[in-house]
Amino acid sequence: MARSRDLPLDRDGSARFLPWLVALMVYLAALTIAGGAALHDAVQTWDAGLAGTLTVELPRGTNGAGVPQDRIDATLKLLGQIPGVAQATRLDGPAETRLLAPWLGQDVDVQALPLPVLIDVQLKPGVSLDADTLAQRLRIVAPGTTVESHGSWLDRLFRIARLVQFGAAAIVLLIGLVAVITVIFTTRTGLAIHAPVVELVHLIGASDAYVARQFQWHAFRLGLGGGGIGLVMTLVSFAALKWTAQQGLLPGETALLPALHLPLAGWIAVLALPLVMGLVGLATARHTVLRTLGRMP
Amino acid sequence: MVRFENVGMRYGSGPEVLHDVELDLEPGGFFFLTGPSGAGKSTLLKLMYLAERPTRGRITLFDRDVATLSRAQLPALRRRIGVVFQEFRLIEHLSALDNVALPLRIAGQGEGRVQDHVVDLLNWVGLADHIHARPRELSGGQQQRLAIARAVISQPSLLIADEPTGNVDDAIALRLLYLFEELNRRGTTVVIATHNQALIDRFGHPVLHIEGGRLERRPGRREIPGSRELV
Repeated sequence: MARSRDLPLDRDGSARFLPWLVALMVYLAALTIAGGAALHDAVQTWDAGLAGTLTVELPRGTNGAGVPQDRIDATLKLLGQIPGVAQATRLDGPAETRLLAPWLGQDVDVQALPLPVLIDVQLKPGVSLDADTLAQRLRIVAPGTTVESHGSWLDRLFRIARLVQFGAAAIVLLIGLVAVITVIFTTRTGLAIHAPVVELVHLIGASDAYVARQFQWHAFRLGLGGGGIGLVMTLVSFAALKWTAQQGLLPGETALLPALHLPLAGWIAVLALPLVMGLVGLATARHTVLRTLGRMP
Repeated sequence: MVRFENVGMRYGSGPEVLHDVELDLEPGGFFFLTGPSGAGKSTLLKLMYLAERPTRGRITLFDRDVATLSRAQLPALRRRIGVVFQEFRLIEHLSALDNVALPLRIAGQGEGRVQDHVVDLLNWVGLADHIHARPRELSGGQQQRLAIARAVISQPSLLIADEPTGNVDDAIALRLLYLFEELNRRGTTVVIATHNQALIDRFGHPVLHIEGGRLERRPGRREIPGSRELV
């Protein structure tokens, strides 16, 4: 293997700025990957949590009067008779408070609000009911009843999530492209700076591959080192975010979002970034040197 | 070993600096290359050590037509050529040892063998006490000896030296010439460009004289029957 010190690449200006540039790229890529992976995980959690559930909503009277108890009882009874329904439970005060807390806060008396009655319906495993058909049956005992299957808004949520994930992947690819362009520029600059030494080692009998090896391992080290710095920055940011969330210092609106949880695949992707960046640098530098030298007579 | 047939050379669209050069250096020969400044000596040497390709004519090196060689085939041929550059061209950030070891490392020699060979040779050229010195820490003469050590470390088939005695005193110049002769006796073909007429006279090898881009071969004293051996 070529000794990497024939060319004084470590003394180039590029050797000073490139690691920090790579660090920033890795940092941005890691945050993007983490965000995309966490969103994917959250969507899966929502999907799993809402699959096999329906929400029945009994509206209040037009004059704001509450829903009559006999109407609620009749609805629960009818739901209990429908095949496929495992359990139907009216959401009580504390449950409603928990449900609305992200929007209204913990201290609001939801009983005083003109809210409809909500019934949580759990279906038996593998069963699906048509929300419209069910609503029509329920309206016989409780006029105006609506049934929310969550499917439609979950579909919208999935579409948005996929769009965001696609955007995240595009950003990561763009970061990779910027990394490649940066390495190409740095390598060409290095070749120009060290042209006399490159010519000398050629005259002594070095092949283009020998010269390329010097640049490729230099780029690998810079990529790996810069990536390591970026990874440390990322981990510090994750820790800071987690600590901030634990201390309750995040704005109230963020309570609507799922907790940031990076799945195993996300961790692997983030932790592999320095190595990936090193390998991208290695391959790009090698290709650039061989291509540039190959054009020479 | 080295054959030039009707070789012409020009840089870009400039005037031709070599005209119809005919040259045939037999293996194991020892030649001096002389001529005034700007006569084309350096260009001729560059063609020999494959730094340039001729604009016309044919160059055959080690029985290979240089014009037909691909870029990938050049390194193997260049490893058979040792070059002492006029301006030394030592690598400034490398130690004396690493500069001299470079041809062996490029050729993929094992590190143990590299160290042994290099230390022996540095000792031989009188730089044993400067193994770890950088070129800028050495005098002009020491740098020249370092450049020569680098050129001969891999025992090349062809040794080309451009003014190798230009920065050393007469005693060292003489010693270097003895080194070149020793290599020559071991089979290395030697071509030395020099202005030092005293050395040319003293060693009596054939002279390639170039002037105005045209080459003329003059027999050395050793090739003239009845001449006295001075060395």
